[in-house]
Amino acid sequence: MRILIVEDDSNTADFILRGMRQAGYTLDHAANGKDGLFLALEFPYDAIILDRMLPGLEGLTLLKTLRAAGKNTPVLLLSALGEVDDRVEGLHAGGDDYLTKPFALAELQARLEALLRRGDVKPADTAALRLADLELDRLTRSAHRGARQIELQPREYQLLEYLMLHAGQVVTRTMLLEGVWDYHFDPQTNVIDVHISRLRSKIDRGEERPLLHTVRGAGYCLRDRGAKPGSD
Amino acid sequence: MLLKLPRSFTFRLALTYMALFGLSVLLLMLFIYWFTAAYMVRESDELIETEINELADHYDMLGLDGLVSLINERLSRQQTGLSIYLLASQDYQPLAGNLDTWPNASLDAQGWIDFKMVSNEKGSHGEHEVRARRFILPGGYHLLVGRIISHLVAMKERIAITLAWGLGLMLLLGGLVGWWMSKRMARRIEAINRTSRDIISGDLSRRIPLQGTNDELDRLAGSLNEMLDRIQALMEDVRRVSDNIAHDLRTPLGRLHNQLDNLRSELQQAGLDTASVEQALNESQGLLATFNALLRIARIEARSRTEGFTSVDLTALVHDVAEFYEPLADARNQTLAVSAAPAVQLPADRDLLFQALANLLDNAIKYTPPGGEIQLSLTTAELTITDTGPGIPPAARQQIFQRFFRLEASRSTPGSGLGLSLVEAVARLHGMAIRVSDNFPGTRITLGFTISSGHGAAW
Repeated sequence: MRILIVEDDSNTADFILRGMRQAGYTLDHAANGKDGLFLALEFPYDAIILDRMLPGLEGLTLLKTLRAAGKNTPVLLLSALGEVDDRVEGLHAGGDDYLTKPFALAELQARLEALLRRGDVKPADTAALRLADLELDRLTRSAHRGARQIELQPREYQLLEYLMLHAGQVVTRTMLLEGVWDYHFDPQTNVIDVHISRLRSKIDRGEERPLLHTVRGAGYCLRDRGAKPGSD
Repeated sequence: MLLKLPRSFTFRLALTYMALFGLSVLLLMLFIYWFTAAYMVRESDELIETEINELADHYDMLGLDGLVSLINERLSRQQTGLSIYLLASQDYQPLAGNLDTWPNASLDAQGWIDFKMVSNEKGSHGEHEVRARRFILPGGYHLLVGRIISHLVAMKERIAITLAWGLGLMLLLGGLVGWWMSKRMARRIEAINRTSRDIISGDLSRRIPLQGTNDELDRLAGSLNEMLDRIQALMEDVRRVSDNIAHDLRTPLGRLHNQLDNLRSELQQAGLDTASVEQALNESQGLLATFNALLRIARIEARSRTEGFTSVDLTALVHDVAEFYEPLADARNQTLAVSAAPAVQLPADRDLLFQALANLLDNAIKYTPPGGEIQLSLTTAELTITDTGPGIPPAARQQIFQRFFRLEASRSTPGSGLGLSLVEAVARLHGMAIRVSDNFPGTRITLGFTISSGHGAAW
């Protein structure tokens, strides 16, 4: 996987480069917008991590130019501006995800992973999602573990659906907030963990093979014991 | 008649003005009366005294017969028929003059006597009022000299009535003018008052409207406006400085956090214990969260209303936030009840409103003991959150929205003291009024809002 990082702050760039290289990615770094645009147009990157505030060429201008040139490389925007309007503006300009500085490396990795695997994710109209013996019927909105029917509240169904669509990936708490609850906010307390533990007790209690795992310092991952996620 | 008197300054001013005005008019009227009606009576009295003196002198020189002939001569000569003479003996038997009997009325200390006389002389029928003076001549004779003063009395009465009417009209006019002036004054002072209240409730951009008359009130309003400009500039300075501090500190703090994060993964890969780094990471995370919250509040406060607002289904939002926190309340054995009016729409920032409600619910759950009850209710005018926790002492009810303010009792529980500041900033952005009251027991926080009339929201 080859990733381009366009970031002028050397400290942040260094932080991302070190962390991502450890995780096994190949990385290129551009310290200003012009170099970034040149590289992005020249080479086939799998994803681009783009800072919004750049010297020379502003991040959003770079992004718009890139999209106008027909490049559909997934772009993860980084910004110190975290308000909803800024986020909407960034996504509107063609960004695929938006992360507010400062962020944890695990959050960046999880989001990048989700972007990179977007091609693998089953289309939204797939009628049934399966993982090991867990099955989610998206027509009747019901779930089964083997022969056992799992009773789910509407939000629990959405939570499980999101996790199954990202099966094998690390999913962070903020990703769940945005993907399942569709609110951008800071919950202050560990409410997400309580929701997860409720869901876990419904799908994993009494089962030999637990499927819903906690990834320390990052978030959660729904996977079969055999298959390890890439970032682990 | 029961009349509720307004206790306003302007009313008291009008009343004082009325009293002073009334008093000076009264003095003026008395002055006029003294120089007209009272003067005529005094003049008539002086005439009588002069005549008595003349008659007494005549008696001294010519004796009783001389006096009688003088009286008769005067009576026959007078044309007005207003003069009254009576000369009587020691036992009040009439000797001369145009009165038949000595009048049956008492004298005052100076010998003056007022009485009524029935007369039919010279066609002047009916009763006449007479004012006369008695004089005792040497030899014990009683001399009475007087004048018919009916026309004077009538004139006096007329003048008194006229002056009384004048006084009444002047007072009425003065009252009306005073009322009008105090009303005008009250209106202008009320305008200043209204603006002040708007400013107290947070809208520092409001200014007192000027009349353009450059009078004292206008100049006062102008000075107040200048003072407000100055305060606003100072407050913006303070805000800018604190925002800059937060922003400038956040960057190195972010770097520190990044380096700790890197260190953790390096330790992890080397198979070493990461516990102390995790702890340091948590601490820096907490610091970052505080700075972010501060900056976020500052940005919300700097935002103008309706910027980025959409029509938000408040009913759905209330259910969403309750549903989000329900497992947390459940885990603490608390009941979380929701009652929401259907389809309440409001122009709002959906995420900020959710954040504000989340902060309030988070607090309610955090401070309510296990087994307690939390209620979230929505009407078309209010959003209310109640809990059965320890409550907030009345003295602290305004302070809880200040940045970093925490109640003594809650210092041991985790929290930044910024959650409610953010709620307040969000409420203010949405033009909502926050009220904190007692829930007997517990806390009741109400967000009041008005839905613009029309078909729900005009978006």
